[in-house]
Parts: sequence; structure tokens; C-alpha cells
Amino acid sequence: MSDAQKYWQANIRLVIGCLIVWFVVSFGCGILFAQQLNSIRILGGYPLGFWFAQQGSIYTFVVLIFFYAWRMNQLDRKFNVHED
Amino acid sequence: MTNLQLWTYAVVGATFALYIFIAIKARATTTGEFYVAGKGVHPVLNGMATGADWMSAASFISMAGLIAFKGYDASVYLMGWTGGYCLLAMLLAPYLRKYGKFTVPEFIGDRFYSQTARVVAVICLIVASLTYVIGQMKGIGVAFSRFLEIPFNYGLFLGMGIVFIYAVLGGMKGVTYTQIAQYCVLIFAYTVPAIFISLQLTGVALPQLGLGSVMSDGSGMFLLDKLDKTLMDLGFSAYTTQKGSTLNMFLLTLSLMIGTAGLPHVITRFFTVPKVRDARSSAGWALVFIAILYTTAPAVGAMARLNLMNTIQADSIAPDTSQNLKIDALPSWFTNWEKTGLLKFEDKNGDGRIQYVGDKAKNEMVKVDRDIMVLANPEIANLPNWVIALVAAGGIAAALSTAAGLLLAISSAISHDIVKGIIAKDIDDKTELMAGRIAMAGAIVVAGYLGLHPPGFAAQVVALAFGLAASSIFPALMLGIFAKRVNNTGAVLGMLSGLGVTLVYIFWFKGWFFIPGTAMAKDVAANWFLGISPGSFGAVGALINFVVALTVSSFTAPPPEHIQHLVEDIRVPMGSRPAVDH
Repeated sequence: MSDAQKYWQANIRLVIGCLIVWFVVSFGCGILFAQQLNSIRILGGYPLGFWFAQQGSIYTFVVLIFFYAWRMNQLDRKFNVHED
Repeated sequence: MTNLQLWTYAVVGATFALYIFIAIKARATTTGEFYVAGKGVHPVLNGMATGADWMSAASFISMAGLIAFKGYDASVYLMGWTGGYCLLAMLLAPYLRKYGKFTVPEFIGDRFYSQTARVVAVICLIVASLTYVIGQMKGIGVAFSRFLEIPFNYGLFLGMGIVFIYAVLGGMKGVTYTQIAQYCVLIFAYTVPAIFISLQLTGVALPQLGLGSVMSDGSGMFLLDKLDKTLMDLGFSAYTTQKGSTLNMFLLTLSLMIGTAGLPHVITRFFTVPKVRDARSSAGWALVFIAILYTTAPAVGAMARLNLMNTIQADSIAPDTSQNLKIDALPSWFTNWEKTGLLKFEDKNGDGRIQYVGDKAKNEMVKVDRDIMVLANPEIANLPNWVIALVAAGGIAAALSTAAGLLLAISSAISHDIVKGIIAKDIDDKTELMAGRIAMAGAIVVAGYLGLHPPGFAAQVVALAFGLAASSIFPALMLGIFAKRVNNTGAVLGMLSGLGVTLVYIFWFKGWFFIPGTAMAKDVAANWFLGISPGSFGAVGALINFVVALTVSSFTAPPPEHIQHLVEDIRVPMGSRPAVDH
């Protein structure tokens, strides 16, 4: 396999990993399992499912994008395809 | 003139002076500056500009109200309008930045070596952006007419004039730097009242934590529990539990996410940063700046609802109404908003007091427009006048910044994709820049006209804009980058089928081209296909687009060699050009 293919594969793996987390926090914790999670309370009086739907998923999205950007920059250097 | 009006004139006037000052400083002299700000915008600043670009009058004015009245079910908007940035950052922005051209339809046309694909993209872009602009124009008019008490159309003309100055002169460069200023104004205006109200109700300054805290009224209850209890005692449904169908919530969230990632005016913002890696981090910064408002909004919504209930229905036990708001002693915010028609009551039982309960036959608050929740919130909470003036300036900033971004997307599509791309291919840079300015001026006039004479379907357009972006633009862009095998036939048929199915589904329930009376079935959950609302159908359209494009492509000839090289090239950051022209 060529370096270009390996780089692309590593990229796809990273994106899939990030999107799994993206799916779990929003569609999973925020919608599908929200009612069950609501029996748990966090940060005082937040029902957990409600918190994921209105707060937690958004915080996770932010962290995810920066994590992705950081990992991609590493991959760029590793495969020597970075800019300048 | 009242003290509040004086404050409003001062604050709004100061922000306008700032926008014009920036416009004069940031004039565009080349098409590169006009379309993509010379590709020299710092990623953090671009993130801030994207935040202002994205957060419209709807985010600023309507969203918290939507949350206030729908509670947990409104989470779809919070997750949908933020989660799209993950898709944008990981699937589109870096690659489109690497490609390094000026517009979204240009990439679609080049990648699928098809003018048809480019034209379909241009049409989707213009329809989605124009429908969106109408809402912004309305937002500007409402803010002016309520707070400065000048006629709606004067407010609209003033807003158009300001956008005209900085967008026509400065193009993307002018728009970017004013959007940065507008972000600062709108976020300050949104968070200051939220902090005040959170302190009043819970003693916690940070609204994001206040929403989960104990009430400071001595009841010892958590704010959310108190809200649930108050609402249920009065016969409303509980705030924190789900009311709608799970499938519909799921698909609506997905449609809003895909639509967000596919809206051209947002994508274009990532063409303005110097490097591919900047496009990645800039999406993160954009979401940081958006999240500040989007995580505050749920607190604003819940607290405003609680304040509203407590102000009107002072006693939460229904039979005794002796503590309820008296009709002959209404607070001034109540009468002010009543004048605008956004608030209406009817003393059904003639006891001289207002009852605000879930039972429709007994409820006397016959109309509470959700838009007033943010705008009236500081008044309901008795905040100082300068805070109320700030909210007016913030609402106007949110509307102006989004309008400018949309108008820029429209004018670039006209001057770059239609004039330069199809009609007159050999015009020089200077002529194209002039065409861009004329297209911008024209777009402002059309948007202003539509703002003054909003078509009857104005309220339905959000579904349309997101449906178009989700079912046509996002899949085409994603396949263009991730599926080398997809060819022109596959892409065009995919876009048309995704778009077609989504449009037919929306028109089926909302009327053909939104003409009243032409709907094929009543727009109620019982009639929807599998219970999917028209607004949630964009995700289904996107799925159809993906399946058709991939299937058709696998039966037809692969794309030519140079297109396959193009795809390989955009997949690696190396070799991106700092500031390209053609």
C-alpha cells in the first residue's frame, strides 16, 4: 500500500472514530436513551439525558473538532503531506 | 423620548458607526478579496465571523423562545445547529479549502465536470439563501419598530443601507471584519441579561450552571424541578420530558446537522483562511463561539418561562386566582408587547385577573409569541434600560451579519458561477469585481423587497432551506471528496432525486410552491410518512441522493483521469496555495 493510501486510511479511521462519539452523545445520550438517563442527576439538578441534549452534546462537539484537527496535523507530519 | 429609547438610539447608533468605520477600512480591490477576503483571515477571527454569520435573527431572537415553550423537545435545534459543524470540519471544510476556489457550485461543477451540476448547485444556493434572508430582514424590522418605535419599513431601509455600504464596498473582506464586530455585540447582548437573570433566580452567575442549580427563593428546589412542577400544576406538559416522536426527533436533528454542513454561506467562510489546517481549527473556533450562545439559550428559555409564569400566574395552584396579574395593573412590558400584537389576553371568566393555564378553555393568555421571550425577558426581569437597549442592538447585529453572509453567497454565485462561469468566460478581474458589486446591490434590493412584502410561505422556509442543503449540496460535496468513483451522471441524478423527493414531500404537506390550498394532505403527524415531518425529511433526501449517486456511478464509466487526480490532490494538504486566483 502506498503512503498516500495509508494516510487516507488513517484519516478515514480517525473520522469514523470521531463520528461514533458524535453520534453517541447526541443521538444516543440526547435522544434514544435520554429518558432512561434522566433518572441520573449531574451538576446539581440536571437530569442526565436532558443535560446531554441541551448542553453536553455541544461541549463534546467542540472538543471533538479540536481533537480531530490536532490528530490530523499529526498525521500530516507523519506522512509528510503537511503544508509549508 | 423615554430613557429606554435614548439608550437604544445611543447603543444602536454606536454599533452602526462602528460597522461603517470598518467598511471604509476594509475595501475590496480584487475578486479574491471580494469573494474570499484574499484568503488571509486568521482562523480564530474566521471562527468568530462564522459564528456571527451562522447565528441569525432566528438563533438570537426565536430559539430561546422555542426552547421555553417546547422544553426538552427543542433540543433538536440545539444539537442540530451545532452538530453540523463536526460534519463540516471533518468531511468538507479542509478539502474544499485545499481546492482553493471561490464558490461552492464551482467545486461541484469542476469535480463532476458538468455545467448541469453547477447550475443545480447555483439554483439550490440561491433559493436556500434568499428564503433565509427574508427572515433576517423581518428581524431587523421588528427590532427597530419595537425598540425605537419607528415604522417597520424605515428600520428595514436603514438596515439595508448599512449592509449595502459594507457588503458592496468590501465584499467578503468587509463582511468578515464587520461580522467579527457584530459577533462581539451580539454575544455580549445575549449573555449579559442571561447572567443577570441567572443571578436573580439561582444566585449562580453562569447561566449554564444556573439552569442546574437550586432556586434562591428559599424553596430549596432545583430550578428545573420547580419549572416541571409549576407547569404540571397548571396543566401544561413537563419541561424536561419528551413529547414528540423519537423517530421524528432523530431525523429532524440529523436533517438540521446535514443541512447546516451543506449551507453555502457557511461553507464559503472556510475558503477565507490561509491554510488547510486553519480550516480544520477554524471550524472548532466557530463552534466555540456558537456554543457560547447555544449553551446559554437553554438557560434563557427555561428561566424566561419560569419568570413569565410567575409574573402572570402568581399562585401556582389553579383554583385560587387572587394573586394573579390584575388587568388594570399590568406592567409596562406587558402593554408594550400587547401593542405589537405579539401578546394577547382575553379575560374569559371576567374576574379582572389573568389566568395562564394549560387548559385551552380556561387559558386567558391567548397569544404569547415565542419571539418575545428573548426581547421581553430583560423587561420582565426588571433589568436596567441599558441592558434592554443592548438586546435590541444584539438582535440587529445578528440579523445584519447573517443577511450580509447570505447576500454575499448569492452575489458570488451570480457573478462568479453564472456570469464568469457560463455567460462571459473571458471577462477580466476588474469587470468580474464590478459584476460582483452589481449582483450584491441587486440582491440587497430583492431581499429588501421580499422583507417588505414577505411571501405567505415565509414561516415555512426554514424547512425548505435546510431540506435543499441537506438533500442536494451536502451529499454532492461529500461524495465529491470521499468517493472517487462517482461520476457526472451519478452526481447529477443523485442531486436531482434527493432534491426532488424532499421538495415533493415538503410541497405535499405545505402546498405546491407553498401556494395556499394546494397541499395534498393536511400537515399533521397522522398523515406523515412513518411520522416524519416535512422539516425532518432532508435526511431522507440525503440518503436517497447518496444511494442513487453511488448506484448509477457503478453502472456507468468512471470519471476521467484528471478528475481522479484532482480528488487525490484535494485529499492531501500539501501544496495548498496561500492566495490563489484563476
